[in-house]
Amino acid sequence: MAAFLIRRLIQGAIVVALVATLVFLLIHAAPGEPFADSLENPSVSESVRQTWRQAYGLDRPIGEQYARYVAAVFQGNLGFSTSRHRPVADVLADALPNTMLLMGTGLALGLFAGIAVAVAQVRRRGRRVDRLLSGVSLTFLAVPDFWLAMLVLVVFTRLFPLPIGGASDLFIDDFSTVGRIADRAKHLLLPALTLALLYFPIIARHQRAALLETLPAEYVVTARAKGVRESEVIRRHALRNAVLPIVTLLGIAFPALLTGAVFIERVFSWPGMGLVIVESIGSRDYPLLTSSVILSSAFVVIGSILADVVRRSLDPRIGDER
Amino acid sequence: MWFVALSTRESAMNADTPYLFTSVARTGTRWLASDRSAAFALALIAIIATVCLLAPLTAPYPPQVQHHIVNLKYAPPSLEFPMGTDAASRDVLSRLLYGGRLSLSVALLATLVSVTLGTAYGAAAGYARGIVGALLDRFLDALLAIPRLLLLMAIFAAWRDMPIWGFIVILGLTGWYGVARLVRGQVLALKARDFVASAQALGASRSRILVRHILPNVVTPVIVAATLGLGHVIVLEAGLSWLGIGVSTPTASWGNMIEDSANFARYWWVSLFPGLAIVATVMAFNVLGDALLKAFSPRQQ
Repeated sequence: MAAFLIRRLIQGAIVVALVATLVFLLIHAAPGEPFADSLENPSVSESVRQTWRQAYGLDRPIGEQYARYVAAVFQGNLGFSTSRHRPVADVLADALPNTMLLMGTGLALGLFAGIAVAVAQVRRRGRRVDRLLSGVSLTFLAVPDFWLAMLVLVVFTRLFPLPIGGASDLFIDDFSTVGRIADRAKHLLLPALTLALLYFPIIARHQRAALLETLPAEYVVTARAKGVRESEVIRRHALRNAVLPIVTLLGIAFPALLTGAVFIERVFSWPGMGLVIVESIGSRDYPLLTSSVILSSAFVVIGSILADVVRRSLDPRIGDER
Repeated sequence: MWFVALSTRESAMNADTPYLFTSVARTGTRWLASDRSAAFALALIAIIATVCLLAPLTAPYPPQVQHHIVNLKYAPPSLEFPMGTDAASRDVLSRLLYGGRLSLSVALLATLVSVTLGTAYGAAAGYARGIVGALLDRFLDALLAIPRLLLLMAIFAAWRDMPIWGFIVILGLTGWYGVARLVRGQVLALKARDFVASAQALGASRSRILVRHILPNVVTPVIVAATLGLGHVIVLEAGLSWLGIGVSTPTASWGNMIEDSANFARYWWVSLFPGLAIVATVMAFNVLGDALLKAFSPRQQ
């Protein structure tokens, strides 16, 4: 297990390094200087521009710039956000917990709903409920993230007195811990619901297939022969053995979750990584953009490593092949 | 789509063309008759594609015409404008058709790029031996772990106002890893099959075995992956265009027609119809992909 973990961590580090290099090359190959907006300003004299280029090392050869960049990243120096006038590390430290809260809640809700839907479908396999739920899953699988988020926002804020965005109210009556948690939960509800709606069909479809595969197994036949009720057979015998594919899927579906979070945060103004990324695109804040893309990739890599670890500890038969 | 599955099988027998095509038509008709959802999805795709590709004929107005910037701004659906008008008083239906033409073309071409690249890389990675194969494997693993949307956001944020072909190529360049992994797995499995060994015994060269014996057998899973991938690219293009870093206005695409949530609530027709068009199209491609997968792998039924 230790050797496996070390190998996966090294692989993960290589992936993150690859992303960082790609992003660095992209930004440098892109037309215009990183500070194009201020450099195009006619009232800024040429000597000032030279000073800026020197200050940011833009006059050095690209190899040296890359070396400096890597060294800075490894020292934890992510640069200074030009749009927020704060160190990038501070901006990300504020945003990351919000994204984790949103993704965690969405993941839990989506996982629960997905498994519940799959169990309901398998209990009535081949019948109308099964086909109907398959249709529902297929529909949500085809809905663009941002469009669903806006639909949920428009519909649910009409029906219920829910906040239209943000992570908390500026003015709340109740400043106690309970009051704050309630306020946060109220804001979290719709974004997390949207994420769960986007995530559950992935789970449901795979879980249904995995459950159907376990049904011909001997232990299922045995359980039925013993007179165990069908719902119990599925819940206690089949489901427990069909959990593994889901754990594998969690690692693979992590990017989908992050993609959903990017759009959902934009629609609901949820102050997480996704909103930071979208806003840094708008304001051409390259230090913030590159750092958040790299951090998000690291996030995805860690997610897939965690899924692997859980999978291996659940199933000792999985050998050292990967 | 089904003809490829059939033609690869028949090509070994060197069947004469007329026979092949009648049997293709018969197999295809039988498949569609037995799988109603596939028939429905295929019909829906055919209708949407035809109506959108013929946009100059089917659209009531040119997509860029501003009918009356004051009186007809955000006009609700009416007989004159069946899906209403947008912020610039342009006809939403006309823009939907022209936008569909663009969105579908972008998705189709980007998928072509990624399927070609993915098949080539996957075949090389699966068929190469020793250190080259291992290196190709590792590199693919690394690429697969990169979140595609984030990479695309970084690229398109750096290169604003990219020409449309550049947009297509980059969508294709970031979409082939999945296909490559699929093809690699298939090639690895096929390499061990008896017919490859017998071709080797007959003295066929390595490249001939790959091109004539292995690759034709990879075509069907690649078609399934491409069908499912098409829907994914449509959603991706829509998302990037909605963020303002994909297809840029005034050129209509399904993504950039959709407005933000404040306008969604007030002028629902502007954002609702393009969204529904995306959902219908992507769903049709997903259903078709599922049906093809089932048709090609009878064991899974």
